Amino acid sequence: MLEESREELMRFMLLFSRQGKLRLQKWYLATSDKERKKMVRELMQVVLARKPKMCSFLEWRDLKVVYKRYASLYFCCAIEGQDNELITLELIHRYVELLDKYFGSVCELDIIFNFEKAYFILDEFLMGGDVQDTSKKSVLKAIEQADLLQEEDESPRSVLEEMGLA
Amino acid sequence: VYAKYISQCIDEIKQELKQDNIAVKANAVCKLTYLQMLGYDISWAAFNIIEVMSASKFTFKRIGYLAASQSFHEGTDVIMLTTNQIRKDLSSPSQYDTGVALTGLSCFVTPDLARDLANDIMTLMSHTKPYIRKKAVLIMYKVFLKYPESLRPAFPRLKEKLEDPDPGVQSAAVNVICELARRNPKNYLSLAPLFFKLMTSSTNNWVLIKIIKLFGALTPLEPRLGKKLIEPLTNLIHRLSVAVLISLSSGMPNHSASIQVLTWLWRLSAVKYLGLLAMSKILKTHPKSVQSHKDLILQCLDDKDESIRLRALDLLYGMVSKKNLMEIVKKLMTHVDKAEGTTYRDELLTKIIDICSQSNYQYITNFEWYISILVELTRLEGTRHGHLIAAQMLDVAIRVKAIRKFAVSQMSALLDSAHLLASSTQRNGICEVLYAAAWICGEFSEHLQEPHHTLEAMLRPKVTTLPGHIQAVYVQNVVKLYANILQQKEQAGEAEGAQAATQLMVDRLPQFVQSADLEVQERASCILQLVKHIQKLQAKDVPVAEEVSALFAGELNPVAPKAQKKVPVPEGLDLDAWINEPLSDSESEDERPRAVFHEEEQRRPKHRPSEADEEELARRREARKQEQANNPFYIKSSPSPQKRYQDTPGVEHIPVVQIDLSVPLKVPGLPMSDQYVKLEEERRHRQKLEKDKRRKKRKEKEKKGKRRHSSLPTESDEDIAPAQQVDIVTEEMPENALPSDEDDKDPNDPYRALDIDLDKPLADSEKLPVQKHRNAETSKSPEKDVPVVEKKSKKPKKKEKKHKEKERDKEKREKEKKKSPKHKKKKHKKEKEERTKGKKKSKKQPLGGEAAAGPVQNGAPEEEPLPVRGTSAPPPRTCDIRGSLQEDSQVTVAIVLENRSNSILKGMELSVLDSLNARMARPQGSSVHDGVPVPFQLPPGVSNEAQYVFTIQSIVMAQKLKGTLSFIAKNDQGATHEKLDFRLHFSCSSYLTTTPCYSDAFAKLLESGDLSMSSVKVDGIRMSFQNLLAKICFHHHFSVVERVDSCASMYSRSIQGHHICLLVKKGENSVSVDGKCSDSTLLSNLLEEMKATLAKC
Repeated sequence: MLEESREELMRFMLLFSRQGKLRLQKWYLATSDKERKKMVRELMQVVLARKPKMCSFLEWRDLKVVYKRYASLYFCCAIEGQDNELITLELIHRYVELLDKYFGSVCELDIIFNFEKAYFILDEFLMGGDVQDTSKKSVLKAIEQADLLQEEDESPRSVLEEMGLA
Repeated sequence: VYAKYISQCIDEIKQELKQDNIAVKANAVCKLTYLQMLGYDISWAAFNIIEVMSASKFTFKRIGYLAASQSFHEGTDVIMLTTNQIRKDLSSPSQYDTGVALTGLSCFVTPDLARDLANDIMTLMSHTKPYIRKKAVLIMYKVFLKYPESLRPAFPRLKEKLEDPDPGVQSAAVNVICELARRNPKNYLSLAPLFFKLMTSSTNNWVLIKIIKLFGALTPLEPRLGKKLIEPLTNLIHRLSVAVLISLSSGMPNHSASIQVLTWLWRLSAVKYLGLLAMSKILKTHPKSVQSHKDLILQCLDDKDESIRLRALDLLYGMVSKKNLMEIVKKLMTHVDKAEGTTYRDELLTKIIDICSQSNYQYITNFEWYISILVELTRLEGTRHGHLIAAQMLDVAIRVKAIRKFAVSQMSALLDSAHLLASSTQRNGICEVLYAAAWICGEFSEHLQEPHHTLEAMLRPKVTTLPGHIQAVYVQNVVKLYANILQQKEQAGEAEGAQAATQLMVDRLPQFVQSADLEVQERASCILQLVKHIQKLQAKDVPVAEEVSALFAGELNPVAPKAQKKVPVPEGLDLDAWINEPLSDSESEDERPRAVFHEEEQRRPKHRPSEADEEELARRREARKQEQANNPFYIKSSPSPQKRYQDTPGVEHIPVVQIDLSVPLKVPGLPMSDQYVKLEEERRHRQKLEKDKRRKKRKEKEKKGKRRHSSLPTESDEDIAPAQQVDIVTEEMPENALPSDEDDKDPNDPYRALDIDLDKPLADSEKLPVQKHRNAETSKSPEKDVPVVEKKSKKPKKKEKKHKEKERDKEKREKEKKKSPKHKKKKHKKEKEERTKGKKKSKKQPLGGEAAAGPVQNGAPEEEPLPVRGTSAPPPRTCDIRGSLQEDSQVTVAIVLENRSNSILKGMELSVLDSLNARMARPQGSSVHDGVPVPFQLPPGVSNEAQYVFTIQSIVMAQKLKGTLSFIAKNDQGATHEKLDFRLHFSCSSYLTTTPCYSDAFAKLLESGDLSMSSVKVDGIRMSFQNLLAKICFHHHFSVVERVDSCASMYSRSIQGHHICLLVKKGENSVSVDGKCSDSTLLSNLLEEMKATLAKC
């Protein structure tokens, strides 16, 4: 019989390549470094060993793992207990869509070189393991505006001079 | 090469972190974040991360928070230091600063952070921007988990958000409330109408799914809901298809349609998985509809995909019945043989055992079959679950009396072939089975056919290679067996046979006596001595069997796991009450010894009769048995009604003995369970024929009570009468056991804390903690009567305090070390202290040293350690005085008092000499000259904080106030009344509050021309510009408006509304500060203070 779950939300999300290189990790439940490493290593082994035709879900430790492969990258989420696998699969897909929109046909290299952007997008999309906004449009808008703010930051304005103080 | 490259990179990063340029630092932190993902430890950079987090530019702040959210966890100790920064960012005018802080916080929120920031986050739930509201609502869930007290105060606002105009915020609120409600649904029933409205009106599928899930949790509590839901749900099902189906759980009607959809979608693998999952949910409520798909599910066991196989296994667990159990298990057994990986095989093994043993072996009709299944399972190579099999064997053998004979024969065969099990590689798990086998053969040795043979098997030299705990059981049970043999032989008059058995024991036991395992050794040597003694008696032809078997007389009954807890407390038993009243103090000393002596004399005669009177004991035992027999609540082990049923004719024909003969029992592990399946079928067939005859009797049996409650007995199930008279001996419970479910709850469940009644009105005490000190809440401290403290301005304080407390602890420790140098510096002030020390020679340190060191060292923003003079006579405490600002012209001063002496400090009073400009707020009715009591006492080594409010008229000048603390120090030698003078220093900077300012507003301010100007210049500064700015921000409560290269504009505001603008420029070795302010005196005083700060850089 199914065990009664303790936590409902997503536990963590991992992106890793077919070669077993971790490309992104997000932990929604504070976990010690040692434990994280161990879990990542084990889970990667399990997922990479699965054949392409197999289903996207597996039970692992006390978690349910939902994964999907896009090109060379595996997107992998761990959820607990009775959470909905299909929604999680949908979340993964939506995140991929967001990445795709943002980078313009995203590839693994995009995520390697702009990993912080990938994180920012994820943070706008999910928070604390829960969907923050289901609308792709509003997520992308938030990211674009934050980027705009960043660019403004980077070009120095000389208000000081205008003030006659400099 | 790779590792070398990385370590090179880390060195580079360390260099970059040392630089002043925040952009370089941020980049370095960004690189660290990447390395952290690759598995490198970056905890050493936590401080740098915080530094980047507090950068003013969003670009860097973003990176800082990302790094923090990736690498911080509850164990990160610097997390405490982030509170201020986070609070500042939460109240930042830029929504993206706030957003980034919320996102980061959601990853590393700790109970402390949750407590300190709960109020700030709650405020953000009503932010004007939906972007912030949404995030604030979501993070509240994490806050509730870490700090459950915040739930009630925050809930009304959370509920409001369910009807937020922005769909994002709305769905966030739905998410949070659904998560909360799923845990403790009863507290949220009142929200059902609101959710119902949402469900019918919302078009957001994500939200809908959550709501349906929530209703899944609510319907069991309120059955009427279920009916109401049918209509909207059927509409939704058409719209949402499978996703909704998965979310359906208990309480949802109309499963048959959904099942059809599922089986139809079967072929796709993902859907197959989900289909199995959905079925397992439906199974709980509608088992019949799933059971008809058994074949389909069994097929899934052949699937390549392990996920699907495991799901199918889960489902099988729920679908077995008496009718199909054997068939399903047979199928599973073939899978066990085929299975490749040990994990899956172990999973199968546990599932088989789970399936068979569920609800008290409800579905097993033939225990002989089950025992043979268990024996077959022992052949599994390399399984970890030997102990599980062993436990099952023991359980069945103990609880099913009728099976003992068969079990013993199987176990003895197992023991005989122990060398197969215990051989080489697979020793690890499976040899546990021998533990059970040995115990069963020993305990029920009367059923053994060839006890002598088994005895020999158990004494083989090979046994000594088994693990210690198993050997110990061997040794113990060998004796039971031996006792049984003795009895048999003596009854048969074969004295030689008995002696042979004894000889065998004497020969073989020494091998155990030499065991390295203590338990084995001890048992073996005891028993060896016993046997030698018996041998002597036997040589004299004394009959010994009776006495030896008396050692093991009586029967062991299984005791229910919770039995101990359920023993009711007898009426009138009070364990706290004295049994004998303690001797009163008034009793004189010389009386006591005699009393003791007297008592002893009395005790002796009491002892003797109870020891001697065997008859009396036997009589009492008899009486107790009688009483138990008449007590309907006492569960008797035998003869039970089931047992009596065993003796009734009609099922007598079942060929138990026949089976024994037809199966070659001595070769264990032959797949004989299959034969049982066949036999069972035959038996059932025969049974059917005899059914009519037995109908009467069955009725009778039913009357006798169904012990095994069958929750869902189908008709076909009832047709099958069990082959064995399975009198499962019910586990023993104490008499009058209290029925209680309490012990099922897990006290560690984090959600239990959230089980809070939300409909109760809020009490005053439940408000979220704002900036208030603990004392202030409980004590009658003076400022309580002063209604100045406005919540908002108070907020930021608490955390800082924490902050400081930590620092203070550190300081204290350091102080101990630094003591002497400090004192040297302050020689002129030290003389008196010296005297004190000479007198008390303890670790006490009057505060002189510390306080004098820090008049300029202003604390965190809004707080300031004021210099304290600990000049007077023996002051056995430190006073660390810190001021903090409130609105209007009022200042709260927090005074930390630490008792460093060995005395208790009582009756502390603080009197401060008011000046014209600054006055202490005193309780109403007290005069200026009265001292204000400190609302606590201080035991040695304890520190506590008291807060006092001062009203300041003019803030343009620094203030110094003199004060005296008087107290009574009480120790073993008596109490003394003592005094300690101190001075409070209110610097101008302490009147400033950090206020962020935009560059355009700043420009407007400067343009207005209302400000007077002044400037200072400090030479010989080597500190980096960044640190310099940080210092000014920290000590003087300014915020940076803008920074270009080595030029920065800064702004602050006084509590009376003066604007202060600064332009700080760094030259080669100097710093110049130009300031503009609406009050020139304030400005010049401020600049002087700043100069003093800078001069130290």
